[in-house]
Amino acid sequence: MDSELKEVHPKIIQALLDAETDITVEDALENEMILNMGPQHPATHGVLRLVLRLDGETVIACVPELGYLHRGYEKLAENMSYYEFIPHTDRLDYISPMANNVAWVLAVEKLAGIEAPPRAQYIRMMVAELARITSHLVAIGTFAMDVGALTILLWTFREREKILDIWDMLCGARFTNSYTRIGGVANDVQPEVLAKVKWFLDQFNDNLTECEKLLNTNRIFIERLDGIGVISKEDAIDFGFTGPNIRACGVEFDLRRAQPYLKYQEIDFNIPVYSEGDCLARYFVRADEARESAKIVRQILEKMPQGEILLNQPKKVLPKKAEIYTKMEELINDFMIVNFGINPPTGEIYHAIEGSKGELGFYLVSKGEGHPWKCKIRSPSFCNLQALPKLVVGHMISDVVVIIGSLDPIMGEADK
Amino acid sequence: MISADSLSQKLINQFPETNFDISEYRGEITIQFPKKIVIDLCKFLKYDSELEFLLCEDITAIDWAKRKERFTVVYHLYSFKNNLRLRFKTNIDESEQSGGKAGYSIDSVTSVWQAANWQERETYDMYGINFKGHPDLRRMYMPEDFEYYPLRKDFPLMGIPGSIPLPKK
Amino acid sequence: MGLESLFKESGFFTTTIDALVAWSRKSSVWPMPMGISCCAIEMMAVADPKYDIARFGSEVMRFTPRQCDLMIVAGTVTYKMAPVVRKIYDQMPEPKWVIAMGACTATGGIYRTYSVVQGIDQFVPVDLYLAGCPPRPDNLLNALIAIQDKIGRTKAADFKNAELPELNEIQNN
Repeated sequence: MDSELKEVHPKIIQALLDAETDITVEDALENEMILNMGPQHPATHGVLRLVLRLDGETVIACVPELGYLHRGYEKLAENMSYYEFIPHTDRLDYISPMANNVAWVLAVEKLAGIEAPPRAQYIRMMVAELARITSHLVAIGTFAMDVGALTILLWTFREREKILDIWDMLCGARFTNSYTRIGGVANDVQPEVLAKVKWFLDQFNDNLTECEKLLNTNRIFIERLDGIGVISKEDAIDFGFTGPNIRACGVEFDLRRAQPYLKYQEIDFNIPVYSEGDCLARYFVRADEARESAKIVRQILEKMPQGEILLNQPKKVLPKKAEIYTKMEELINDFMIVNFGINPPTGEIYHAIEGSKGELGFYLVSKGEGHPWKCKIRSPSFCNLQALPKLVVGHMISDVVVIIGSLDPIMGEADK
Repeated sequence: MISADSLSQKLINQFPETNFDISEYRGEITIQFPKKIVIDLCKFLKYDSELEFLLCEDITAIDWAKRKERFTVVYHLYSFKNNLRLRFKTNIDESEQSGGKAGYSIDSVTSVWQAANWQERETYDMYGINFKGHPDLRRMYMPEDFEYYPLRKDFPLMGIPGSIPLPKK
Repeated sequence: MGLESLFKESGFFTTTIDALVAWSRKSSVWPMPMGISCCAIEMMAVADPKYDIARFGSEVMRFTPRQCDLMIVAGTVTYKMAPVVRKIYDQMPEPKWVIAMGACTATGGIYRTYSVVQGIDQFVPVDLYLAGCPPRPDNLLNALIAIQDKIGRTKAADFKNAELPELNEIQNN
């Protein structure tokens, strides 16, 4: 026992045993057991580490330990210009990089007081919604794999690959895209891409239904999820849940509706809400949302206007490459932006979008310099994970896996 | 819906002796308040039937490096009822701590929102600000025996070489 | 059906033990997916129907290190994670190989920060560095083929005097 405990830091043990102060580490394990889960565990979705206190197979207490993927984003952001940080946002929530790009540039644009042209906004909306679809596909796939249904993973990954192909055509990178720019997007969307998106949407609903048929009528799957990890509406709000997780608890909160950004006020869409608050409800919300996103993308394809994709604001927005090579003025502006940054006015802003995991916000403080004085990333996974100790208590070890899967945390974002 | 004016009127009625500095920038309301009323203010914001800021979105700090009041602690709240986001912040100064050493501290608001728990741990980990009354103030990201606070401005980006041991090859 | 059906009677062939062992080793490399961050998603994509790592005999991704002979370190390794990676490497049975997948694993990549190890070769031996942030799945397959070549060239004598490494003391937490 001693050798096992040696690798768990005493402070974690203390946090684990805190509830009952009369027992010590030495005799705590009479009929209880301390189990370490992660950071290298297939079901923890990356490098989350849980230290569980068990009675038989029932979890009595749980202490999550984060930081195994802490890469120092906020420190990095303070040391680089607003443009340079765009590729870093890709790697925050690495299942939906496009949505993070959009969130970052919207925050910077709010700080600098500029707004992208309508076509660029529609393109951003399209890629953000496609990113939500990929994210929910991966969430459902890995979640089903954790429960034991491996086929779903292969099927959802097959669908996801089609979107990655679209991104490959759109911007030349299949996974970490860095597609958006301050004041617009990197390049216009080509007709072939739009045709491919349309083709994808036409067959997506059927393929998702196919996946759902395997799950929704599967008694093992339903019984492992139904009534597991229930959280009430009040608790969910108190823990700071956002995104699909809070909508599975009966709160109709979606930033696309509550505080519309981009052009979401022109789009007609539903917000799927379930009231049970258990793992099954969280799965249903994701599946429904993927379908809703497909609907949104279809409307975007119809409504997308023609026009510029990059704002013409020489001090804030990088000029087009062709103009840099031919015109003196643009060359100077490019040099200034690349070397000294866009220097937004002194001030502070917080801008949040409805990312695929929940409210993804950036809090930026500018001192009028080329790099932010302070950048705080409000990551949904971090806040959603916080309720984990409450959710798993009283359940079996195998349910812990299900509950983590249903919360859908991405550690790149939770650890920052 | 509640406007910035009526919000400030409510705050002044509730805390008559306190100085609030309310500003609006790019459509966002920011309230600056003195740090000693933090828990009372948070309780008021959460439980007042017209405000109901139920969702604590974010807690963080800013290091101003050379200012006398070195840190600013920033809270972001959201009210479902009013569909309103509110930022309020307070400056904190170096003060005497329980251990006899000088340090930075503020009262913890974990008793008001459970969501504040990890957010405050993160702020403690990154800035070394002590949240008094926090149930479990440990480091959030860095190893437990790490001595520095990475997001302070005097901490270099590349860290202190050798401060975290690597396993032998 | 197969090759053996060409023989009229029961046939035989001659080869060296080394060649036979190396050939069988390289044709069924069992990877240990040490998925840490973004690269892990591309590593999952390699197993999906489009890229299908099963074509190269490596679809048996086992999450226990004791059954594996190739560790694919996919993602940014932080100082806090380093002892874990090393411990998992130590648990793998000899002979074993390591792919450092992606720029941050190999060199720290874009993360020149206080918490990221600037290259995992500081604490585990690496056989193959794979460029890209993250590498495309085809590139990972390419790396797998390259490491199969390397495994195919090994001889029994290479491992004759290999000592079992002493397990490192792992730091707390």
